[in-house]
Formats: sequence, structure tokens, C-alpha cells
Amino acid sequence: MNSLSLFPPPGPDGNITLFESNNELVCGTSLGSRQKQGWEPPSLLFPRESLKPHSRPESSSKAAFLDHRDTLWMRSARAWRDSGLSGLLDEIANCTEEEVPRWLTVGCSWTLALLRWVSSFHGSLFPHLTLSSEDMVAEFSQVLDWSDCAVRAFAWHPHTDKFAVSLLDDSIRIYNSKSATAPTLKHRLQRNVAALQWKPLCASALAVACHNCLLVWHVDPTSLSTRPSSGCAQVLSHPGHCPVTSIAWSPNGSLLLSASPVDTAMMVWDVAGESCVPLQRVGGGGVTFLSWSPDGSRVLASTPSALFRVWETRTWTCERWPCLKGRCQTGCWSPDGTRLLFSVQGEMVIYALTFTDAPGSSKAAAIVADLSETSFSTSQGQVRVGGQVQTMAWDPRGERLAVLLKGTEPEPVISQHILLPVVRSHSTTSIGFVKGESGAEPRLLQFHPHFPNGALLTVCWSNGRISHVPFFFVSAGGSVLNPGGSPPWPLPQSRAVENGERLLYTEMSS
Amino acid sequence: MFNSEQNHWFVRKVIFWRAAASVAWSVLLLPVTTALFAFLSRFSLFHPIQWISESFSLLYGSYVIFSLVLLCGVVLVVGVFNLEYYTVVPSVPCTKIALLGKVLHPQQSVHSLVHSMMGIMVTWCAATMIGGRYWILAAPCSEEEGVTGQKMCLNEYYLFFLLAGAFMGYSYSLLGVVRNMNYVSFQTIQQCKYLRFKGMLPQVVRYSAVQSLYSVRNYCLFYFFFGYIPRAWICTTLNVHEDSSLHRLDTVSGLLDFRLLYHLWLSGTFLLLTWHITLLLFRIFITEAYSFPVQSSFSEDVSQCLPKVLSEKQPLILKFLALQDLFLLSQQSLSRRMEVFSLSQPGGHPHNWNAICKECLSLLSDLSQRLVEYQEVVASNGRARPLSSHSDQRSTSSETLVTSGTEEQLQTPQQSIGLKTPSSVFLRSTSLGLHTPMTAPFTPRQESPFSSSSVNRFVGNVDPSSPWYGSVQSPHVMRRGPKLWTASTGSPPGSSLPPSPTTIPSPVPAAQKPGLFSLWLQNRQEQLPEASSQALFADSQAHIWALEGLSNLVAASYKEDRFGVVQTMLPSILSTMLLLQEAVDKHFKLPHASSKPVRSTCCLEDSTFKTLRFALRAALKTAMYRITVTFGEHLHSVQMSAEHRKRLQQFMEYKE
Repeated sequence: MNSLSLFPPPGPDGNITLFESNNELVCGTSLGSRQKQGWEPPSLLFPRESLKPHSRPESSSKAAFLDHRDTLWMRSARAWRDSGLSGLLDEIANCTEEEVPRWLTVGCSWTLALLRWVSSFHGSLFPHLTLSSEDMVAEFSQVLDWSDCAVRAFAWHPHTDKFAVSLLDDSIRIYNSKSATAPTLKHRLQRNVAALQWKPLCASALAVACHNCLLVWHVDPTSLSTRPSSGCAQVLSHPGHCPVTSIAWSPNGSLLLSASPVDTAMMVWDVAGESCVPLQRVGGGGVTFLSWSPDGSRVLASTPSALFRVWETRTWTCERWPCLKGRCQTGCWSPDGTRLLFSVQGEMVIYALTFTDAPGSSKAAAIVADLSETSFSTSQGQVRVGGQVQTMAWDPRGERLAVLLKGTEPEPVISQHILLPVVRSHSTTSIGFVKGESGAEPRLLQFHPHFPNGALLTVCWSNGRISHVPFFFVSAGGSVLNPGGSPPWPLPQSRAVENGERLLYTEMSS
Repeated sequence: MFNSEQNHWFVRKVIFWRAAASVAWSVLLLPVTTALFAFLSRFSLFHPIQWISESFSLLYGSYVIFSLVLLCGVVLVVGVFNLEYYTVVPSVPCTKIALLGKVLHPQQSVHSLVHSMMGIMVTWCAATMIGGRYWILAAPCSEEEGVTGQKMCLNEYYLFFLLAGAFMGYSYSLLGVVRNMNYVSFQTIQQCKYLRFKGMLPQVVRYSAVQSLYSVRNYCLFYFFFGYIPRAWICTTLNVHEDSSLHRLDTVSGLLDFRLLYHLWLSGTFLLLTWHITLLLFRIFITEAYSFPVQSSFSEDVSQCLPKVLSEKQPLILKFLALQDLFLLSQQSLSRRMEVFSLSQPGGHPHNWNAICKECLSLLSDLSQRLVEYQEVVASNGRARPLSSHSDQRSTSSETLVTSGTEEQLQTPQQSIGLKTPSSVFLRSTSLGLHTPMTAPFTPRQESPFSSSSVNRFVGNVDPSSPWYGSVQSPHVMRRGPKLWTASTGSPPGSSLPPSPTTIPSPVPAAQKPGLFSLWLQNRQEQLPEASSQALFADSQAHIWALEGLSNLVAASYKEDRFGVVQTMLPSILSTMLLLQEAVDKHFKLPHASSKPVRSTCCLEDSTFKTLRFALRAALKTAMYRITVTFGEHLHSVQMSAEHRKRLQQFMEYKE
């Protein structure tokens, strides 16, 4: 098992991690100290101040603009449309005596109370249902501190040097290596963007998980327009399926999965036909995070409760994996789709699961890394690092794993800069911590899908900076074109035997 | 048509059994729905204990058992009709007249008639189970002054109930044809049958309840206006009397009987639910993936192997299942892919791959040709004098080919401009001699008596006096007019547009009065927007699978094809796909082609076929990208024309 104590200590303050070579992270004071090779993705800065978050408090503006002398029928109809049954009951219960008979108002207020009582009962079963939808996105997003982050989502195009960034003001910008225009996508329904993903095997389609729908933008790569019209976006929505917090395209580009923490069904979308098949499984109270294995054979779906599922995509049956402590926060797949790393909320470890087609494979998760707090003595004194995993990324060659740690809040040393251990998965040796500018915390990370000289990690920082850290290495398993060869990760079974304890129990079901 | 189809080994060995299994399951589910119905029919809010005990005693009653036997028969007949009428390629009526023709088609009339009768049977069972006042048709009249008890009176509730069954059966059949309920679509994901059924069941229940509500509303309106006719007829034929002491049901107060309406709605829901479950199970069973062997060592099984089956045309379901199997094997099964890439033992020829590839390519090139033809007709339609001698010649020759059986009037010069016969695009492509195998069995259905010749007969004479007559002389108006679109699909090309004004004869004397009927017909003939586009792509699920399967195989061959059998076909695969890409791109530039249809809310009204063209466009791009991503720079060494190379370069730079 790997632990943080095996890591080299983080670099000195004021330095930024520039790149990796010879298995060591090189730090420097400025970004310009490395010679450029070919196209370099732009290091962008979106200052928090320049972005205005959407201030559309719909409930408060209602009082300012609407004529309150509408008839009861009009108001009831509007309340029904805006907020459903509870809104209607609320509207009637608050009516004056001369409009509605007394028994009706009393009946409505009683029904409303009953409704609230029932929903609070339901909420005590699944506490996340009591959150507002914006808080829910913040809670289940892969981005650390989503609601305050200038960059809310980031996505590399799977085939070409192009990426999309979603910002605090609900706009999406697309940067392309081949053209100078950076289109900005805005749509009426594009609010609270929780995730972005480009469609594989396609140049133009970008799926966006929004507040109450899914948007699929078709951004013509040859177009010179900087503001594609909202006619380029397909709106996919299903009643009861909002907010959408996670999306995943199948690696062959034919299906799109979407998940919402309030909906127990996950949707399989046929995007061209705009139709969906709900895959309903009761238990868990919703689906928060989806991750499709790179070979397309399995999907990880985590729920808000201490339970996650692994679906196989041939006949869409699932294995249930109850966790001991908390919900599954994040997970990532090895490039050949046989290994899944995941982390559980409340535990400072990374688990691994191995899937093989052969029967009798191990059905237990083994701990592969321990991330509990460790102190390092540096020139500035003691630095303590460690915490729960917020998000993870495994590079497309399977040789580097980046883990974003969530510090424990009350200790100021850690919350100053949350650090990135880079685990070299080949022999599970440790490489080090990636550091940003002083005062900046990492919020989100993603690997470039086909970096020729190793791996390229993109990190979004809390100050609005998006930086790219290249790791130069020669892959042991062959070129990127052959993702079939999986890196020899030490088998979790043997590790489990070595460590002897802390197995996660599982149960099989379909 | 059906006879030849039913003798096919696949229909005998697989489809029949699947249909039988689906009917068996719906029969097994029948006791559950019946018990539920009996339970709910006795519902009373204020006497719950009595309600429950009564329902349980009812369940053991002989009436319920007898009803169950009868209902099994009904489900069996519904299952047989499902099997006979299902289609994997929907027929999309391009005009309202064609839709009318579809509804009035003899085959459809049989369907409606049988379903009405079965509706009567189901409601009879329901009435027996509910009992009470719905018990019997004629009862001794209630005590009236001066009349002895011997006189029999009509129980109007009973009549009302049975008629409701007929009405609901008919509306089920009618809505079925309007909403293409006989169209069987294939799922995008392969779920097992039980889970699929479980997922769909709540939607089916809700849909049946809502449909039943609409039916009750429509039926009440119908009975309010026309209820006296069947009542009087029954009274006279059976020699019973109307009970004047009771409320008549075709009055407002008679119809406002809440309990009656509740029973009616419940029976309707019960009826629709059993039928819809049968339909749902049929669809689930019939579309289940079937795994064909890629090759067989026994010569008698060769006809059942995938390469052979793919090239067969007749039972369309076989072709679709074979293509689906190709799609699945290309994605999921390494061992079966190896069989596809293997060489024949003596001789060393890649027969399997060649047969599969040839069939897929011919499907795709058929589609591109169909699209090009359609675009030509549309393009020529907008011009004033587009008829070149060449197309004239072609059309007349093909006309004799196709319309030989139809009436002479088709060829008279009178049906000129206004005469877009509302046949579908398929008819046109048929007439051009490009009879695509996929659509073949379905064209006869569209050629209903209303859809082509008979309409011509109506309009042909009066047309010159219709408002269109004068206006069409100006090419501008023609270009603006709705016909720009509509006429494109028109009819056998010889009779279709675009007529030069000189070909229009002087008005026939008989056509002096501008008939309202002709005006109405004219209006009806305007095409439903984007219907022709839908019809053009109605069978595109096959093309999507062919594209996906082919591209997956080509991508897999990069690593798995040891003998290089795929490489020899790569140029033709690429050029076929690029040609199709060009044709599809052009098609989407036409108006209406890229407008989205309304999404239907329910599972049973399958509107997948309405969006197949978008799915095809997406699948085509994905297939191209799959090949370019896999082969990368190696594609430069593939032989192809300069134009295609340019297009391919676009794909390699991710600019499409």
C-alpha cells in the first residue's frame, strides 16, 4: 500500500510545479522557464471579479413585476405551473376570506402541512433531498467548492486539441488550437453547469449538464462565429430529472448517460432521436456520479447513500456495492477498463476493484493508497498534507494518477494549498505534489486525452487560472494508439492478502 | 405476401415462437389484471369491509372464471392480429388523403371490425363481473300503472356498456393506424425482457388510463347525439320496450351518473390495458436480439448463417434482426469477429466478410441513390420547364412499367398540376425502377384505393377550374406555393409535375362548377410537413446498423484482421460512406428536413421513425470518425478520388 509518507516533500513556497521529467517534478518561479514544443494549450486566467454570477432570484422578482390583482384562477394556474401542487396549495391557503370559502383555505393549509410532513420524512431517509438544487450540485460536483469557483467545469475534446470551459456566469467558452476564435455558448436554460463532456467520435457535439435539463451543443468547428445561436443546442429533458449533476458519453459515441441526485433512474439518451430509456433501480435515492470505462463495457454509478453500482453495458444489469462509511465520491477507470479506483466519503483511502470476464474473480475492493495526514518538514517548517479525495484522474496511458485532496477545514496549514500527489501507477511509486501559484487552491483536474510525450494534466485553480502541467515519460506499455495493453498495476487481490484487513464487503445482484 | 413470408424457416422457427411466448405471458398476466379490475369495480369509500369481502367472493364466482376463459380468447386474437399487422418499417402517409386511405383500407377495416367485436366481448365480461344493473339486456318492466309484469323492457345500461366496448375497440384500432402502433422499433440498449417489461409497465398503465378517459369522453358525446339509433334498433328487433320511468342515457342528466362513468372508465382501462400489455410483450419478444451463427460446418445450416441471412429480402424482421446481430457482434464479440475475418478452408477466400460487406454497402448505396433521386425531383420541381427530353423519356417508360395496372386516367393529360397523387416517396422510387428491397412489401399497403387512382378520378375533371389552375402558370407562384414540396413526392413521374402550361388542355366542359369537394381535396393533399422526409428514412434503422456494424468491423480489423481481408474493401467502403454523407448533407439543406418533430410522450406511440434521419446522420459521422481515428495517417495510402480525399481530410482534421 502506498501512503503519503513515501512522497517527496512539497516544493518551497512561491514556486510553481512546471513539469515532470526523469520521474521528478521540476519547480520554478514562472511559467516561461520551459522551452515550448509544438502547440501549447493556453494558460488562461478568469479572475473571479470579472465574472458576474447569474442573479436571477425568481421568487423575489415576482413581487416586483407581477400585478397582484389577478384573479384567483390566474394566480392558481401560475402557482401550479411554477411550483406544482405545493405552490397551488400555498396560494389558496394564503387567500383572503372574500375570495375563497374558509373551509377551503383551512383544508389547503392542512394538506400543505401534511405534505411537508411527509416530505420531511422522505428527506430524513435521504437527507440530500432537502437541499436546494444549487446546493445539491455543489455537494455532488467533482469540483471542489463548486459554488464559489470561477471555473465550474472543464472538458478536453477526446481527439483534437480543443477544450471547453464553463464559467461562473453560466457561459461556456471553447478554445481550439487551430483557430483563433473562441466561441462563447450561452443559452437560456444553461444554468448551474455541473459537467461538460465532448461526444467521442464526433467533432462538434458537446453535452452540458445544466440545472434542469441536458444541453447538447453542436458547435461547427469551421464556423467563425463567436456566439453560436441557441438553435445549435438540443435540449434534452425528462420530468423529475433535475438537477443533472453528471453525464457520460459512451466511448463509441452512440449513447449519453445522465444522472440526477433526485431521480433514482439514470437516463440512457439516444441523442439524435431525443428519446431516453430510464434505468431504474430503487435504493440509494438518486445517482450522483457516472463514469464510463474507456473500453465501454462498464459504467460506475454512485448514489447519495453508502452504495454504488457498477453496470455492465451489454445487457445493462448491475452489481451493487454497498460501502461501509459514506457515499462513493469519485472514481476512475484504467484505460483497458478492467480496474476501477474509487474513494469513499469519510475515508482517506483509495480503493481498487478489478473486473475480469472470468468467473470467480475477486469480489472485494482492496485499499491501494492511504492518504491520511502526514507532516513533511520543509524549509518553511512543518507542512501537513492529507485528507479525503475530491476527484481523481488517470491518464490515458495508465501511468499517472492525479488525486485532488480535500483538506480538513479548521487547520489553516492545509487549507492554504491543497496539494496534488501524483502517483505513478506503474509500480505505484510516488512522484510528488503539484503546486500552483501561492494562495491558489486546485479545484478541478483532467488529463489531456492524447498528449504525445507522456501525459498532460490540466488543473483549474481557485483564482481562476487554468494551467497545464506536462509529465514527460516514455510509456512502458506501448503507444497511445494501442490502449489495449494495460499497465501492470499490482493486483489488488494479492495486496488484500498482504494487508490482510480492511476489505470492503460486496454483494452481487443484478 | 404473408403466405410466402410465413413459410420462411425463420418465421416458422423463431417469430412464431416468440409471438406465442408473448401471448402466453399476456394470458398469464390476465388473472392479475382481472382480479384488480374486479376489486376496483366494487370500490366503495364508505363500506370498506363490505367492499373487500364482496370482491373476494366475486373472484371465486363462476362468472369470473368464465370471463377469464373468454378474455383469454380475446387476448389470443389480439396477439394473432399483432403478429399479422406488425411492421418494422412504418408506412408514413405523406398527405392527409393518404392517411384517410390508410384508415379505409380493407385490411384496416377487418382490423377495426374484429377489434370492435372483441371490445364488445371484453365489456360484456366486464359488465358481467360488475353485475348489478349491467346484468342483462332485457328485464321485466318496473311496475307501471296499467302494465302487467309480463312486458320486457330494455336495460339501457347494458346496451350503453356493450356499445362502449365496440367504440373503444374501434378507437383502439383507429388510433393504432394513425399513430403507427403496429410499428415495432428496436431499443437502443439491450435490456433483458423482464426488466424492459418492468420499466415500461407503469407507463403503459398510465397511458391506458388516460386513453380510456379520452375514449369515455368521446363515447359520451357520441352517445349523446346518436344514442337513440341503436336503442331504437334494438327495441324493434328484439321486440322490447323502452322503460319510460327510467332516465334515458342520451340526456345530460342520464350521462351525469358518476358511478356509470366510473365503471365505464374502469372497463375501458381494463380493455386497453390487456391489449396494450399484449402489444408491449409482443414488441419486447419480437425485437429481442437473435444470434445467428457466422459460419457453419454443416451444409444444411448454411442458409441460416449471418452472411446468407443478411442478403435475404423477404421477411423484413429477419433482415433487421440479422443487421442488429451484425451490429452487436461487431461491438461485443471478439470470437465472432474472428470468424468474420477468417478465410474459407479450401481456397482461402474471405467469403464471410465479402458477403457481409457487400450487403451493407449495397444497402448504403441504395439509400444514397434514393436520396439523390428525391433531390432531383425536388430540384426539378421548382423550375418552370425542367423537363428535359431525357427525363421525359425515362418517366414515360417507367410509367408504363408501374402504372400498367392502374386506370387510364393516370395518363390523361388532365391531371396535371394539382394532381399530386398522394402516394408516398416510396411509390415514386418504386416507379423509377429503383425498387429498394426494404420497402417492397409495404408499398402495396400505401396504394390504397384512395391514395392514387381514385383521387385522380375525383380531381382530374374539376381541376382546371380550381384556383390553382390559373396560378400555376406563373413559375413564381409555383415556386412559392406549397406544392414545391409536396409535388415532389408526387405520383408516378409521368403524371407528376412539372407541367409546362402548354400541356394543360382547355377546360373540360364538365368542369364548370368549382366543386367544394375538389377544393377540400386540394387542401387535404398538401403534404404534412416533413412527412416525405420521414418516409424517405423510414427504414433507416437498417442503414444505421449497417453503418455501425461495418465501421466497427473495419476499426476492429486494425488489430484483429490477420489476413488483411478488410483492407481490400476499404476504398469502396470509404467512397460509399462519403457518397452517402454528401447525399445526406444535401438532404438536410432542404426545408422541413431538419425540423424536429414533436416528441411523443408515451412509450407505446413509438415515434422513433420520425427522428431516424437525425440518427442516421449522427451514425454516419460517427462511423466515418471511427475509421479515420483508427487508421489515422494510413488512410492517405488508400486509393480514392480527389474529391473524396478532400472530404476525408476534413474528417481527419476534425472539421466535420
